[in-house]
Amino acid sequence: MKTGDRGPETGNMEMSLDALIHPAAAQPMAPRQFLVQNVRRETPDTFTLTLARPNPEEGLIFAPGQFNMLYAFGVGEAPISISGDPDRPHLLVHTIREVGNVTRALCHQKPGRAIGVRGPFGAFWPVAEAQGNDVLVVAGGLGLAPLRPAIYYLLSRRAAYGSVEIIYGARTPQDLLYRRELERWRGRFDLRVHVTVDAAPSDWKTNVGVVTALLPRARLDPFHTVAFLCGPGVMMRFTVRELLNLGLKEDRIFVSLERHMKCGLGMCGHCQLGPVFVCKDGPVFRYDRVKDWLDRREV
Amino acid sequence: MVARQDFPYLLEALIRRGCQLMGPTLRRGDLVYGPLHGVEDLPRGWRDWQAPGSFRLQPREDQALFGYGVGQHSWKSFLFPPRQLLWQARRTRGGFEFMPREEDHPRYAFIGVHPCDLTAIQVQDKVFLEGAYVDPTYGQRRLGAFIVAVNCGHACGTGFCASMGAGPRAAPGFDLALTEVVSPNGPHYFLVEAGTEEGGAVLGEIPHRPAAPEEWQAAEDRIKQAENQMGRFVQTRGLKELLYRNYEHPRWDDVASRCLTCGNCTWVCPTCFCHTMEDVTDLTGEIAQRWRRLDVCFSVNYSYLHGGSVRVSPRSRYRQWLTHKLATWVDQFGCFGCVGCGRCITWCPVGIDLTEEVRAIGESENP
Ligand SMILES: Cc1cc2nc3c(=O)[nH]c(=O)nc-3n(C[C@H](O)[C@H](O)[C@H](O)COP(=O)(O)OP(=O)(O)OC[C@H]3O[C@@H](n4cnc5c(N)ncnc54)[C@H](O)[C@@H]3O)c2cc1C
Ligand code: SF4
Ligand code: SF4
Ligand code: FES
Repeated sequence: MKTGDRGPETGNMEMSLDALIHPAAAQPMAPRQFLVQNVRRETPDTFTLTLARPNPEEGLIFAPGQFNMLYAFGVGEAPISISGDPDRPHLLVHTIREVGNVTRALCHQKPGRAIGVRGPFGAFWPVAEAQGNDVLVVAGGLGLAPLRPAIYYLLSRRAAYGSVEIIYGARTPQDLLYRRELERWRGRFDLRVHVTVDAAPSDWKTNVGVVTALLPRARLDPFHTVAFLCGPGVMMRFTVRELLNLGLKEDRIFVSLERHMKCGLGMCGHCQLGPVFVCKDGPVFRYDRVKDWLDRREV
Repeated sequence: MVARQDFPYLLEALIRRGCQLMGPTLRRGDLVYGPLHGVEDLPRGWRDWQAPGSFRLQPREDQALFGYGVGQHSWKSFLFPPRQLLWQARRTRGGFEFMPREEDHPRYAFIGVHPCDLTAIQVQDKVFLEGAYVDPTYGQRRLGAFIVAVNCGHACGTGFCASMGAGPRAAPGFDLALTEVVSPNGPHYFLVEAGTEEGGAVLGEIPHRPAAPEEWQAAEDRIKQAENQMGRFVQTRGLKELLYRNYEHPRWDDVASRCLTCGNCTWVCPTCFCHTMEDVTDLTGEIAQRWRRLDVCFSVNYSYLHGGSVRVSPRSRYRQWLTHKLATWVDQFGCFGCVGCGRCITWCPVGIDLTEEVRAIGESENP
């Protein structure tokens, strides 16, 4: 049996672990090590980790919307979207909210420590196919993380797209991710960014309310727009409904779904949603391909 | 044709090839697949008696070696071990390094694989070998395995393999297939069919002769008899669509009121592949291991997500299991996830019978 397509690599002794992998422990079951370069606090419970491959030549090529299984030594593994720039694959960026054991251990890594990475896994936002169209990005909360690579991709090929709009909602101003970047994006003339929060102190100058309330503000040509959605289930349900009302066709709407995941390989069964495995058929789906299943309860 | 007294040569030929023989043995009144040292380990002269919620072994009138149906165990425990170390690593200054682990990939010879179980192995092949990723352990064990199938001479009390196209005659995929012909005072022999080149080579090493027409006929009659005895049936035509239409059928509430969500049906099922991962460390925290362990879709944790599990009600969990076996599996892997072995019916403590559940849903549409 082949032991995986990545051969052993050179690099400093301590880190050349792919070479040390016992043949049978081959990819895709064993994580590769990446070094934590930088940890940045986004919100009180959410951190962005920048990871680098010990051997800088070998990055991790990924497509916007894909995820990795991140492993904290001895604690466990969790599926986490890649939130960095697909054109800079030598840096692996993940934004993680601390909700349990694994995510806590990942968020509290110190620079210089190694974490395990398996991936990238999954289907991606159809950024290339969307060329020539307007693109609407709708994100709720942490849902901006898997969309950020798509935004980077669009912005670095900006001329290939029509209008690009981002609608982003969070619970409170403190819960907004990537605030400085949002400001920078807001300053661009070739991009419209709408930010809203559910609740805000009186000094909050922008919108208060749910993201769907901002949809009518998007200058939307339903026949030439592709929409990318990621956020809590309720937010996505209402956003889809609103987009359909505005005349967007179901096959122009893409959603990123979340399920319990243990393997990322289509083998463990946990991520099933009816006939699809979210880890390999998704997490990004064209809406019409999963809508029957999203409407069913407890599937 | 191989005469009964020459049968031990088959096992010897396989041992000579370096195979580790695995087959049915009797252990504390139960039928267990385990190491076979010789013909004397086979459950000679015993047969199964099965009904929803019960399993018994009974003496036969004859001395058949393979006169039993399927028990609670299946071959998946060898190809896809219920608990398996995937890797282990030691903490280092900057990170961790993998440590070798002992892993043997025995070359198994499975002796006495029923047709339904042979199909079940092929169903699991699609999961572990035919997707974008390959499970190396499964692959190594599977590719090395030599399969001696046995066609069935009687139907299991709860089986419906004929409906699922999985039995009672073995479909291609075996190395050798046996049909045992035996009666209390008559001749005792095996009709042997080679399915692969290696199977043919093994057959060449043991005493055999071409079968006489009446010997063929006797073997055919046995398989026919098994087919005719089969008491259960599932209408597979339109089955996926039927279930997709009926996610909100009241029958799910009915079965949920009986189901204990114990998961026995998944443990015994030869196709169920769901598993989970366990990350553990030693006491010092310096050595970490990752284990893969069989998991059960009937547990609430199985669908755990931030804010609560997806499938909380027993109704949704039973529905997940049954619709996976008989509907969504078809879209996922191009075949049913059920081979009709009947184990889930026999080993369900309350005797829930999936063929009954499906029939009830079907009949409600066409009364
Ligand atoms: C495709 C995908 C992409 C994701 N991307 C991100 C991301 O970019 N950033 C981020 O912070 N989180 C992301 N998540 C969610 C993240 O995987 C879970 O929060 C994480 O697994 C929780 O693990 P834990 O051990 O810290 O928590 P646990 O102690 O296991 O549980 C804490 C909470 O997390 C939920 N949870 C546990 N395991 C999983 C799991 N395997 N999948 C989903 N939820 C789980 C539990 O229901 C519980 O409410 C993503 C999930 C998926 C499926
Ligand atoms: S679902 Fe039941 S009858 Fe079908 S293969 Fe599994 S155990 Fe056998
Ligand atoms: S159907 Fe029977 S065996 Fe399966 S979980 Fe329910 S009670 Fe247990
Ligand atoms: S995460 Fe294991 S099958 Fe999808």
